[in-house]
Amino acid sequence: MILIVVEYANGKVSKSTWEMITAARESGREAPLTALVLGSNISAIAAEVARAVDQVLVADLPALAQYDPELWSAAVAQIAAEGEANLVLIGGSRSGREYSPRVAIKLDAPLLEDVITLKSSAETNTAQRYTFLARVTETIESTTPIAVVTIKPGVFNPATPKAEAAEQFDVDLNLPTPRLKVTGKTAERSSRISLSEAEIVVSGGRGVGSAEGFTQYVEALADQLGAAVGATRAIVDAGWRPYSEQVGQTGKTVQPKTYIAIGISGAVQHLSGMNKSKTIVAINRDPEAPIFKIADYGIIGDVTQLVPAILTELKK
Amino acid sequence: MRILTYIRQVLDAEESVHIANDAVALENSKLVMDTMDEYGVEEALRLRESGIEAEIVAVAVGSARIQDALRTALAMGADRAIHVETDTRLDAIALSKVLAQLATQEQATLIFSGGQQADWDSHALAAATAERLNWPQVTWTSALELKGTTLTGKHDADEGSESFTLELPAVVTTQQGLNEPRYPTLPNIMKSKKKELRKESLDEFDVTPKLKFVSAEIQVKNRLNKILDGKDAPAAAAQLVDLLRNEARVIA
Repeated sequence: MILIVVEYANGKVSKSTWEMITAARESGREAPLTALVLGSNISAIAAEVARAVDQVLVADLPALAQYDPELWSAAVAQIAAEGEANLVLIGGSRSGREYSPRVAIKLDAPLLEDVITLKSSAETNTAQRYTFLARVTETIESTTPIAVVTIKPGVFNPATPKAEAAEQFDVDLNLPTPRLKVTGKTAERSSRISLSEAEIVVSGGRGVGSAEGFTQYVEALADQLGAAVGATRAIVDAGWRPYSEQVGQTGKTVQPKTYIAIGISGAVQHLSGMNKSKTIVAINRDPEAPIFKIADYGIIGDVTQLVPAILTELKK
Repeated sequence: MRILTYIRQVLDAEESVHIANDAVALENSKLVMDTMDEYGVEEALRLRESGIEAEIVAVAVGSARIQDALRTALAMGADRAIHVETDTRLDAIALSKVLAQLATQEQATLIFSGGQQADWDSHALAAATAERLNWPQVTWTSALELKGTTLTGKHDADEGSESFTLELPAVVTTQQGLNEPRYPTLPNIMKSKKKELRKESLDEFDVTPKLKFVSAEIQVKNRLNKILDGKDAPAAAAQLVDLLRNEARVIA
């Protein structure tokens, strides 16, 4: 079987899960598609995902109310082993990237991480992934009977649910005791459109001058265009913007139709999080800024004059 | 206690990528210690400077050149280094087997590793090592404190961040923002030359990778590169908006 570990948030199946379903269906591997839902009070999630797979396994346990890498990896490895899964798909979220290596080792399987294409047969799994800070595309292959694969978010088209629902089964798990104790959470949720789902992203860097400059130029332009707001690591570190808006190696990877970079010079760590955007627009004072090398459109000049002029133009 | 800090050597971010024989060719490029790993070395040094009695061992697996990165770690302040020399490229799962064995041999109780490797773009090494050792892990830490055998700190999660506590032994991944890595001073560079850098052979570790690297290509998306002069802001803004509306058709 192909096992997909369902990702969900705020009571809904996440887009990444529908993307994994497409990756599995397009992989060429002929095997029943099984969704595994881990958590507590998850019947709505199980019912929702049942409309796109062949069967659903549900582990609805109070112990699983909180994500923990040791619990998740133990649960997934146990179900994969019992069901003789040959392909285990996990989302390329922070948590997925964190527990998937443990699953691979428990199953004595290779880990194909953050893949953007996947071809799978009974003999081989071939995948492509970005490397060298997303500057290179590498092809990798495994020839083992079982492989663990994490799917890079935002690459595969989300699957569409059908009217009929697959059967659901409850599963028993032998879970370890979590050792990492979470003592507090800081949820940084923005009221705007989410970065990973927006068609247009307007991002700001040091060139906006200050936190006020960010509001005045980046947020104003984003509001005008109905876009999501992004930021560079430097200004998140400076405390001007929340971490949830950070784009780059240590933040989010985005792939919108249009990425507008304001006052961003384009360190390779930032570029790795946005260089797959369809159209890139850059505004920066420094003509030598690396961002211009990957831009489709750009203006060399002062952000404080150019952005207000663009806003005036857009309102015409 | 003994702390292992695992070090990668990667292409300097300012360098271009070259491909030869279906793989990234690094022979003529400038290589540096992966910045994410520098935070690990720095954090180990800070724990020791906070009064914890600890020996810090820098560990690397790779070609002869990787010893430059180990020397940098020694010059920053690590006590000694271990270099498992090989030209074989190993994926994170294979590599974790070496690291876990070294941790056991060295009786380490804390391992630092960068949150993401800037060459293989992988997040897997720390978690894989933790699993092999049957230790807990905490990834993407942004604050860390050690009292006795209890680690407390903050780390990034799917949404926002979490505060945590954890009992040693443990594997911790580091990232930008955790600390500001120090530069090696000249006296420390001189001293580091006398520090032990032990060589080991990969053959000792019985590693058989399950992943094959088939090919690599540089992704070049042809960009239009229409860059306007912005001295006359209203004119440049009008031209840009016109291009985005009527040529690219990306805004209404």
